[in-house]
Amino acid sequence: MSRLPITKTPKVYVGGAFIRSESARVFPLKDASGEFFANIPQCTRKDLRNAVEAAAKAGPGWAKRTAYNRGQILYRLGEMIEARAGEMADAITLGGATPAAAAREVAATVERLIYYAGWTDKYEQVLGNVNPVAAPYFNFTVTEPMGIIGVIAPDEAPLLALISLIAPAITSGNTVVALASSTQPYPAILLGEMLATSDLPGGVVNLLTGFRKELISTFATHTHLRAISAVVNAEERKALALGAADSVKRTHLRKAEDKHDWLADSAQSLEAIRETLEFKTTWHPVGA
Amino acid sequence: MLVRSPQAALQRLFDEVGTVDQIGIEERVAKFGTRSIKQTAKVWGLKTAVSMVDLTTLEGKDTPGKVASLCQKALAPHDPELGVPQVAAVCVYPAMVRHARRALGCDTAVRIASVATAFPSGQAPLKTRLAEVKAAVADGADEIDMVINRGAFLAGEFGEMQDEIAAVVQACGATTLKVILEVSELETFDNIRAASFLAMRVIRPGDFIKTSTGKTSLNATLGNNQVMLEAIRDFYLDTGVAIAMKPAGGIRTAKQALTFLVAVKETLGDAWLNNRRYRFGASSLLNDLVRQLEKEKTGAYQAPYYFSEAAESY
Repeated sequence: MSRLPITKTPKVYVGGAFIRSESARVFPLKDASGEFFANIPQCTRKDLRNAVEAAAKAGPGWAKRTAYNRGQILYRLGEMIEARAGEMADAITLGGATPAAAAREVAATVERLIYYAGWTDKYEQVLGNVNPVAAPYFNFTVTEPMGIIGVIAPDEAPLLALISLIAPAITSGNTVVALASSTQPYPAILLGEMLATSDLPGGVVNLLTGFRKELISTFATHTHLRAISAVVNAEERKALALGAADSVKRTHLRKAEDKHDWLADSAQSLEAIRETLEFKTTWHPVGA
Repeated sequence: MLVRSPQAALQRLFDEVGTVDQIGIEERVAKFGTRSIKQTAKVWGLKTAVSMVDLTTLEGKDTPGKVASLCQKALAPHDPELGVPQVAAVCVYPAMVRHARRALGCDTAVRIASVATAFPSGQAPLKTRLAEVKAAVADGADEIDMVINRGAFLAGEFGEMQDEIAAVVQACGATTLKVILEVSELETFDNIRAASFLAMRVIRPGDFIKTSTGKTSLNATLGNNQVMLEAIRDFYLDTGVAIAMKPAGGIRTAKQALTFLVAVKETLGDAWLNNRRYRFGASSLLNDLVRQLEKEKTGAYQAPYYFSEAAESY
């Protein structure tokens, strides 16, 4: 029996819900052969603001989860992607990647999540410290998540690079508002569906699609974003650095001009977790 | 046979003042949020909303110090460079009126409103309630927020309810009166409209009707605000007496406040778009209004933690 095609309306995952842009704007996504594939939400500054509000709401609850529980949830996100690996690989081949390369990227993405899932209850032992001081004080340093982290993903490795920027931030209890690749947004749309079934509380990871030039300045100036983790070109770096200076936020800007090997082990590290932590040192008097 | 029952009494009142098309009201208010308000109008609206705020703290744990800091916030909500006006009033319990007066001084445009009459339930003897009003006025309150006797209204004893309001009007003297209908306990839009008329008939021009105490589950909504605005409009067209309006409780964001102002503008017109005719009873709303004004000035979205914490609840 023939039937009419049932096509999916791609929506972005914000605040635990699948939404269209508040502007109702979309942009057409073509596959590697130039055929129309789908209309993708073209998110606006207001969508970014709403995503930050959602992240702010989710933040305290996420940070209060036990480290062990955050690890379980990150691991489960890996499981969710693993179960739909074929579908995700197809989404990556839309951008022209070979099926083999796409499958490698999905496998590496799952591995990356497992890697950070393992770190959730371990980074504190490595990064926290008891400091020797020359006075009768017990002096120790502990870490705290910063809050809401802005992520701007590169066009290459549309899934793996995005996860490589998001995962270390949420490992420690931060929440994330991320802008996916403009040229290959579809893997991020699919990722949203996997996030929704991963036990990750709504609002912890918020994914936007759209155009960088419309959103960079808001990422830079929004004072509620505590840090920006991004792969950006020279012009965007300048805009982000200026806005971040004004709004006093930390920046971790990787150069889009450089070649990044997202598959390599060097693309995952304790240092990446540390980038979105604040350190608090306490002086506690001890008896003589 | 003549029946004396609450239902019959309410029915006669509905026949007199008219009923409310509930679906119509809900459709109407759903549209208010769709108006596109651009920059200059938005800034005007935000500043106007600030000037309409009755900055409120109504908690068992209120202290003179807390009231004093609320008063400082009322006088200067933010950096003077932002051009934020002072709020209309502070709203406190009667025992805190003298502390508020000490903090504000006598030479100030910020008024002191006090909830009296055994707020929020109103379940005290009339004599006690009147004494409370007089005490608050004597301590320096410029405005009294009273609660109506919902029990009397629901029992169909409208005369009793109106007599009590009239007695409070007497006790107020020159002080402005706000009559809290506590809409969530009136249950239907028809009842809200009827109670609005009963109150408006015994208060003076410039006195207020107010939605709620903020102490029950349901507070001011666009719907019950609209029912009361239309009652004010109809009463004004009938009698020429302009009654003011105060929604209270549950209005926390600048966007909500602007939508309420749209309702006022489109129902009653510009004559009600000032703080003598319209107020917001709120504690956290002011923070968000100031936050949005800062955003309009700088172009950058602001984090809420740069603005002072609100008193809890309400």
